[in-house]
Order: sequence, then C-alpha cells, then structure tokens
Amino acid sequence: MKKIAALLTLITLAFSCSSDDDNQPNNVPQNVNATFNFSHNWDGISVTSTNFNTIQYINANGEEMSIEKLRHLISNVTFHKSNGETIVIDGYNLIDVTNDSGLVYAPDIDIPTGSYENVSFTFGFNNDDNYNNNYPDLNSASWNVPDMMGGGYHYMQLEGKFINDADVEIGYAYHTIRAVNMTNAPDLLFQDTFFTVDLGAVNVSNNISFNIEMNIAEWFKNPNQWNLNILNNMLMPNFDAQVMMYENGQNAFSLGSISQ
Amino acid sequence: MPYSATPQPIDIPTLFEENIISPVIPTNNPQTVEGIALGKKLFFDPILSADNTQACASCHAPQNAFTDSTRFSIGIDGIAGNRNSMPLFNLAWNYDENFFWDGRVFSLEHQAIEPVTNPVEMHNTWEMVISRLQQSNEYPDLFQAAFGGVTITKELATKAMAQFERTLISANSKFDRFSLGQATLTTEEQNGLNVFMDETKGDCFHCHGNPNNPLWTDNIFHNNGLDATFTDLGLGEISGDPADNGKFKSPSLRNLAFTAPYMHDGRFNTLDEVINHYSEGLQDSPTIDPLMKKVDEGGVHLSPQDKSDLKAFLLSLSDPSFINNPDFQIP
Repeated sequence: MKKIAALLTLITLAFSCSSDDDNQPNNVPQNVNATFNFSHNWDGISVTSTNFNTIQYINANGEEMSIEKLRHLISNVTFHKSNGETIVIDGYNLIDVTNDSGLVYAPDIDIPTGSYENVSFTFGFNNDDNYNNNYPDLNSASWNVPDMMGGGYHYMQLEGKFINDADVEIGYAYHTIRAVNMTNAPDLLFQDTFFTVDLGAVNVSNNISFNIEMNIAEWFKNPNQWNLNILNNMLMPNFDAQVMMYENGQNAFSLGSISQ
Repeated sequence: MPYSATPQPIDIPTLFEENIISPVIPTNNPQTVEGIALGKKLFFDPILSADNTQACASCHAPQNAFTDSTRFSIGIDGIAGNRNSMPLFNLAWNYDENFFWDGRVFSLEHQAIEPVTNPVEMHNTWEMVISRLQQSNEYPDLFQAAFGGVTITKELATKAMAQFERTLISANSKFDRFSLGQATLTTEEQNGLNVFMDETKGDCFHCHGNPNNPLWTDNIFHNNGLDATFTDLGLGEISGDPADNGKFKSPSLRNLAFTAPYMHDGRFNTLDEVINHYSEGLQDSPTIDPLMKKVDEGGVHLSPQDKSDLKAFLLSLSDPSFINNPDFQIP
C-alpha cells in the first residue's frame, strides 16, 4: 500500500551512473536494493513486543515504567551524493513494534551503486506529505490527528504504565505530532516537529541493509528530563510538550550497522 | 472447466473506497450471486439449530443492526450466554480477521462454525446440519449452484454465510452523508464530534476511528476500565497472557441507535450510561488501557452539555437504511 517512487532530483543522474559504470569492475551491479531494519532498545537493552506490558524500565527522571504500545513512522529515505544529487524514496513506513510489523522496510526501488555522503530519513512526515495526502493504510490504522488540531497524522505513539510519585501505577500516552497551539482556535499556530535522521556516509556496492536503532530511553532523557508525573497523558494538544518531544527525539535514532 | 458461480464483487461505499484499505475477501471464497443467496437462506434458517427453532438471525436481527435487544441471548435450551450478541456489519473490513468479543476465531468463515455447536446457542452438531441440508428439497440445488457438483459440507455452508455477511455494509448514516457533503450536522452534533476527537475530553478517536476511518472501530482489544477485577478474562482467556485479561474488541460505534444494550456483557442499557462510564465510572486494573485518563478520578468528567452533544454525535453514526435494506431481510 505504500506509495513508492524515486525522485531523481537531477536529470543528469542517469548520465552520472553511466559514467560511474565505466570505472566499476564487471561484478559490481549497476543498481541494488536497499533494506532498512528497525530495532529498538532501552539504553542498549533490546526491546521487542515480548518485553511489553511489564514495568521494567527506569527513565532519566527515575520513574519505573513499562511499554504497552509503540508505533512510529518514517518517510522520505534519501540518498545524498557529494555533488548535490539526491535520490528520494518518496514513501513511508509505519513501524509497529506492538504487532511486529513494519520492522523491515524494503522499498521497491533501485539504488545506483556508488558513494553517498549521507543517507537520511524523516521521522514523521514533512508538512507536504502530512497534509496533502490521504493515506488509506494509515487511516485504517487510526493514525490520524484530529482536524481540529490541523489534521495530518501521528509521528509516534508510545504508551504504557509508570509508577507515579504516590506509588500508583498509571498510564501514559506519549504521542508525537506536529506541535500545535490551540489557544486561539480555530486559528492554530504550528511548529514543525518532524526531523531528519542522518545515517552518515556509505559506499553502496551491492544490495544493502541498514540496521537502524531507536533508543526509547532517549525520548525521556535529553535535553529534557521527562517527568511522567506531570506529562503523562493528553499530550497531543500540549504545544510545549510536543516541542520537548521533538528535542528529545533528535538523539533517539542511530545507525547500528550496515551489511551488503 | 471447473464450475464457476456468478461473480458479485462487494459494492464498496465511496467513503470507504476513498479513505480505507480494501476489504478482506479470501481468494478461496469469492463473492458470488449464488453463494450470497445460499448464505442468506442459511443465516435466516432455523435448520441450523438442534430443535429447528433458532437461526443466526434469532440473535442477529436486521432491525437491531444484526444483534438483539437482550443483554444475553438465550439459546435453544433456554440457557443464557455470558456475552452480548455482537452486531454484524462491515465485517469484511476487520483486517486482522479476529472475530468475537475475545477474538477467539480467525476469519469469518471459521466464525460461523462455532454457534451451531455451542451448547448455549444452537446446540447442534454439524453432522446433523449437513444431514438435514442433504435431505432438504432446496439446499442441494442451492449448494450446487453456489459451489458446483460437490458434497454439502460445513466448510461450504460457512463459506456461503460468510459471503452473505460480507454484504452487510453500513455506510449511509447522517455523518456519512455529512462526510460526503450531502448533509449538515447540528451544532450539538458538531460539538459532539469535537468532544469525541478532543484528547482532553472524550478522546474516543484513538480506539473508535475518526472521519477518515469510517469504520468507527480499530477492531483491536482494549480494557476500557469496566471492572477492577475480572469475572470474564476476554482476550486473556484466549491468549493465556495475563496482560490481555479484561480486554475486549472495540465495537464499531455505527448504529448505536439500534444495538442496545452495550459492552461485551450488555451491562449498559443506554448511551447515557456508556458516556457516564467513560466520564466518571472508570475502574482501575492492571491491564487498563493507558488511554483511559484520570482513572483515579473515574474519568475526565465531561460537562452535561458535552455529554449531551457527544450522544448526539454518536447517534449521527446510525444508519436506518442499513437496518431497512430489503436485501438483508428474512427471505
């Protein structure tokens, strides 16, 4: 269901590839496939759905907590060449850790072999993709943001329980969306909270797999030490909370390894 | 050439076509004119029950959006079950294909097998049902038309019923027409939608869909804070995972005007009681859904106006044309 298309931002790319091929050994393919594997951890300890529903993590604020649901969306994987050319995989992938789906993203697109100074993706949707498209698969997954908040889609849903200061176990729903100030609704003020995750340089010589890791603990750690006693629910309309989530998310993703 | 009945693809409503992914139609059970007709006849025929007194429609009546109006349906032996009969519509869009309140059966074809033998429902055997169908004056020809020159089996019977059930599509409520630009919401209904979609108020949309997901359910299992301790484990009984205890499938909010009483055990007779539960009546338990807010206060305490408006919006999701559709009435 995912809309996949390669946007070759410079028409000259094809000629560049031909030029590259002249210098490549015969056993190096001209185009390869790229796969993106997503795994999750809590400060280095692997997290999968089998670890859900048990209070076993301690966040930076010292709160013991569990995870019951984790879904997040990435889009627009981009390969950047040093000459400014980019190959944008104009699609998205909903990673649903709860149901073990979307953990492997294998867009149906050929990537020219060669050196890239960076590979990146967007956490969430940029505004164009967020508001100008209707995605039936995301609608079916109830991934929408209410129209009264500007519409579009969630970027992440992280839910579970934590032990509060009164030693009571209560729920939290850490949902990230584009920050919206509804004080003067229906006039809404927005602040972008999608962000780019850079995976770094890579020399693509064969079918390639990127193993991308998300450290869930980072969402509660840096630069904003998250206090679940105060910020545990009803966070979607909380503009300041959304900006803090955006800031904390900058450090959540990393490239674990590459294989090809 | 293998026998082939007359194809009759599902008529997907515009609102569904535009907003959600395609319905689930098994490749080994395509919709056909003859299969749907057979399934409809079986659905309304008490021949399935041991004493020939109850049909599927006895507890899944068209006028109630294919549920019934009792808290617990009574089987042929006068014994009540422990779950409220589920309404039946838009079943082909249950993407995970987990059916019943506790998700204990995968696929609509398999779902239809169970009530026939359930001792508190039809209390029959499939051997008896097949024998009766084979000896009937009508059914052998109907099975022949639907599936070709084959022996009648429970698998074919339930395939036919599943085909009929997939035609039970509800997509013509006032709110559907509003979404299509063909109707206007009242001020109360519009505010009710806002309460529904407001994370600080109703926050119903995370589990019950939204205007872009017109199924009005996520078809997923949640503990919505009905009980502090469980007499019915729900999904937990099936999965064996204590983390699933007290979880039941989110029902669609379509056709609430016709489907009282509410919840898996039919404990609430009115929508007011349902809304009051979410507003003030939440009960804490280890598996309560994290989206249930202010549980220590019983809920978010909606204002009387918000409750009234939320009810008005919910009723705008009801679809009289569905319950009156002549294609869905007793043959």
